Amino acid sequence: MTIPATDSAPVPGAGRPHRVRAIATELRELRGALMPILHAVQAEFGWISQTDVPVIADVLNLSVAEVHGVVTFYRDFRREPGGRTTVRICQAEACRAVGGVALADHAERTTGLGFGETTYDGRLTVDEVFCLGNCALGPAVQVGGRIHGRVTPARLDAILGDAR
Amino acid sequence: MTRKPRPARVFVPRDMAAKSVGADEVAERIVAAARTAGLELDLVRTGSRGMLWLEPLVEVETPAGRVGYGSVAPEDVDGLVAAGMLTGSARAEPAYLGLTEQLPWMRKQQRLTFARVGVVDPRSVGDFTEHDGFQGLRRALTMTPAEVVEEVVTSGLRGRGGAGFPTGIKWRTVLGAESDLKFVCCNADEGDSGTFADRMLIEGDPFVLIEGMTIAAYAVGATEGYVYLRSEYPDAVEALNAAIATAREHGWLGRDILGSGLTFDLHVRVGAGAYICGEETSMLESLEGKRGMVRAKPPIPALEGLFGRPTVVNNVLSLATIPTILAHGAAAYAAYGVGRSLGTSVFQLGGNVARGGVVETAFGITLGELVNDLGGGSASGRPVRAVQVGGPLGAYLPVDQFELPMDYEAFAAAGAMVGHGGIVVFDDTVDMAAMARFAFEFCAEESCGKCTPCRVGAVRGVETIDRIVAGDNRRKNLVLLDDLCDLMTDGSLCAMGGLTPLPVRSAVRHFGEDFHA
Repeated sequence: MTIPATDSAPVPGAGRPHRVRAIATELRELRGALMPILHAVQAEFGWISQTDVPVIADVLNLSVAEVHGVVTFYRDFRREPGGRTTVRICQAEACRAVGGVALADHAERTTGLGFGETTYDGRLTVDEVFCLGNCALGPAVQVGGRIHGRVTPARLDAILGDAR
Repeated sequence: MTRKPRPARVFVPRDMAAKSVGADEVAERIVAAARTAGLELDLVRTGSRGMLWLEPLVEVETPAGRVGYGSVAPEDVDGLVAAGMLTGSARAEPAYLGLTEQLPWMRKQQRLTFARVGVVDPRSVGDFTEHDGFQGLRRALTMTPAEVVEEVVTSGLRGRGGAGFPTGIKWRTVLGAESDLKFVCCNADEGDSGTFADRMLIEGDPFVLIEGMTIAAYAVGATEGYVYLRSEYPDAVEALNAAIATAREHGWLGRDILGSGLTFDLHVRVGAGAYICGEETSMLESLEGKRGMVRAKPPIPALEGLFGRPTVVNNVLSLATIPTILAHGAAAYAAYGVGRSLGTSVFQLGGNVARGGVVETAFGITLGELVNDLGGGSASGRPVRAVQVGGPLGAYLPVDQFELPMDYEAFAAAGAMVGHGGIVVFDDTVDMAAMARFAFEFCAEESCGKCTPCRVGAVRGVETIDRIVAGDNRRKNLVLLDDLCDLMTDGSLCAMGGLTPLPVRSAVRHFGEDFHA
């Protein structure tokens, strides 16, 4: 029931290259503009398409390889669309000390999703994250921009239920 | 003539940790309950006091000081308001805590860097200036840049990000470097598990960071600053961007700051989920819009940093401590602490701990005092077995090392490191071989890949621990593991590969029994 991360690339919308060029052009004067541009593209479309890369490279006068290298270096930049909701479960030491690994196992049992996987209906992505800065109130889980503390398996079920 | 009663002044944190356990919902219920009761309400959203186990912590202003109500659930609010919480007269246990600043946790601290966090509205210009904001910058501007640098040198302040390099010495190098363009960069890529003080400071008192960076800019002759803030902290990104916009409106950033003629502007850059970007040269690469690959040193960033220009790179807490040093003088700051670890540090208690949060106190407090006296032992109630100090690259220490004072040199002598001051507590259910394996796994996952000892060594480390735990040539593989750790320590370009052996070796040394099949 899951789509592996390496599935064939989805086709971006027809107006997208134009919009990506506009975003890149607007931000190109910033120092070190590539990261802010990639964040802005992802904020608008939810992911960075392989077809966005040459457009951004052209605006910044960089090689496609350089832009590709940056996109693939950083965990945050998605190269395929994620689910409508992404639930990230902290797997760093402080959350491990209070059951973070068991919580991730529980999520996998109930959703069938391993880290980085999305349900077929595109509603839910489950992923891991290394530290949300909520280390005194773990296990911590992030849903969209919101962070939940002291997450028990029952609360995670409620969070995952809402997300689906 | 009857006097209109003053509105009830109530404080609810907007800190992410407090919100993660319902602070927003509690605030909404308080607003609704006050409206129902016909009470006028002045609700202030502060940072967190740092007593995170008591969140959501509601405070109410009274003539005697702020009265606290801890662990308030949204459904508790109506009852507490009916009992008089909004005037501080509700005395119902367990929520009622008495005067917040009289709580033992608060009284044991010396809050210099965190003085305003949890007290002020982080978005309020008035709160900041009324609580001594800009005293440090104003004094700095009466001194020469070189005098400011020497004040920081004399204070003994060392980099709070983990390396502990003297901040003033770094500044002196940048001041002495000839360039028409210099930068101040704040490393807010707080990726170490068990550390959250940078986040709490930025969310709870962002103006102090702006003040500290402005002083740094004045001292070294920089005109542009960047804060590299991790994407995992969306609330901090929002808080800092808002504070920078406000500061520009008030002439605290930009041209002619506070009428002094100083020009300095500040920008936020958001990371993208790469732990390695907390390493300063990797952070600089990322700020330049590149892959976060570590640079070889020399050249040091103080001489060839961002875009090859002389650059101050300091941690959030180092920069946020500068204003108090300048305001009250280097001697006042250096009066705290022990040996060569001077001043206060913001320690963070996390993991399986009963009372987790931040503790700002002079260096020299022992590990045991932090974990047991302040932290109250484990959250599970089981015996504490291990603590990891200083993040994923810090050593695991057993309870028999709890006499160690929090002091850079004492920790180094014990084969450990203070790092960014994060302390993660584990109870006796922890499998230390699994934690050692995780240290390698994490290194393999997060290595930038530039140097072989880190990139390949981490993977070989996972395999070797698996063989040891499986009982496959255990003795030989333990020797091999030791050899691998030597190689990573000596041969890695940066602390990622260079310090991963620290948690691994300390786990083997102190908890060897976990490595048997």
